[in-house]
Amino acid sequence: MTSALDITQAVNPPRAAFLDYPLGHTTGKPHQPVLQRDILLAALAGFSSLIAPGTVNMLPFKWSDDRAWQETAQRGPDDRRPRYATPQYQHEEDRGRAEAHASTAQSGG
Amino acid sequence: MPVEYIERIREKYETLGYGAYQWVFNADTPPWHPLSKPLSECRLGLVASGGIYVSRQVAFHYRDDTSLLAIPMDVPTSELRATHFAYDLTDARQDPNVVFPIDTLRGLVGEGVIGSLAANAYTFMGGIYSSRRVQEELAPRVTECLSAEEVDAVLFVPA
Repeated sequence: MTSALDITQAVNPPRAAFLDYPLGHTTGKPHQPVLQRDILLAALAGFSSLIAPGTVNMLPFKWSDDRAWQETAQRGPDDRRPRYATPQYQHEEDRGRAEAHASTAQSGG
Repeated sequence: MPVEYIERIREKYETLGYGAYQWVFNADTPPWHPLSKPLSECRLGLVASGGIYVSRQVAFHYRDDTSLLAIPMDVPTSELRATHFAYDLTDARQDPNVVFPIDTLRGLVGEGVIGSLAANAYTFMGGIYSSRRVQEELAPRVTECLSAEEVDAVLFVPA
């Protein structure tokens, strides 16, 4: 699957399904299981419908009626985070759980 | 018209005074393996590059992290986390299914659309600048893991 058509066409995988959504939503919108299912069914159909290597299946879903998100993605501010070289946990408590898990694994051999 | 990310990143790099990023361009016809049986009889694998980890695992870092995590396909969704430097994590942290369609796939197995899932999904943090390191360090491990899982087909989900 992909939401970056130009990058995928450059890589040229055997099969692809393009969903024209903002990055971070390659398989749907949050808490919309019916939509997520429809998107995945349409993508998985490519396993049988695509018959030529390098084809991109253009999925028929739209994020919104206007093009505001595309404008922001193309020309908006650079919102990438600094490239820290240490683990970046979503929750601080995850760090404690990971360290406890690692020490258990070590003591258990 | 879809967003032109290659052009977008070229502009960002130019602003920052960096040299142009060397994108991977594969001009050759890609390899082709038709499915040998219907999806309803296939074991499907899942590989996702949106930085998904389970809360007891060591999270990804943001500087060319080539580590690969195995996530049990029966993981409780509430234990999934998302970390990545290059996309808006807000929705992935509310519902990981937007970049890691675990509940969706489990539902499709329940419906009989997909035969079964591999024991584990595999995840990494896709913001690895060196395509050489992806090719030499990460991709062979992904292939090895999927071969060991004896999958018939694999869904790759970038973020």
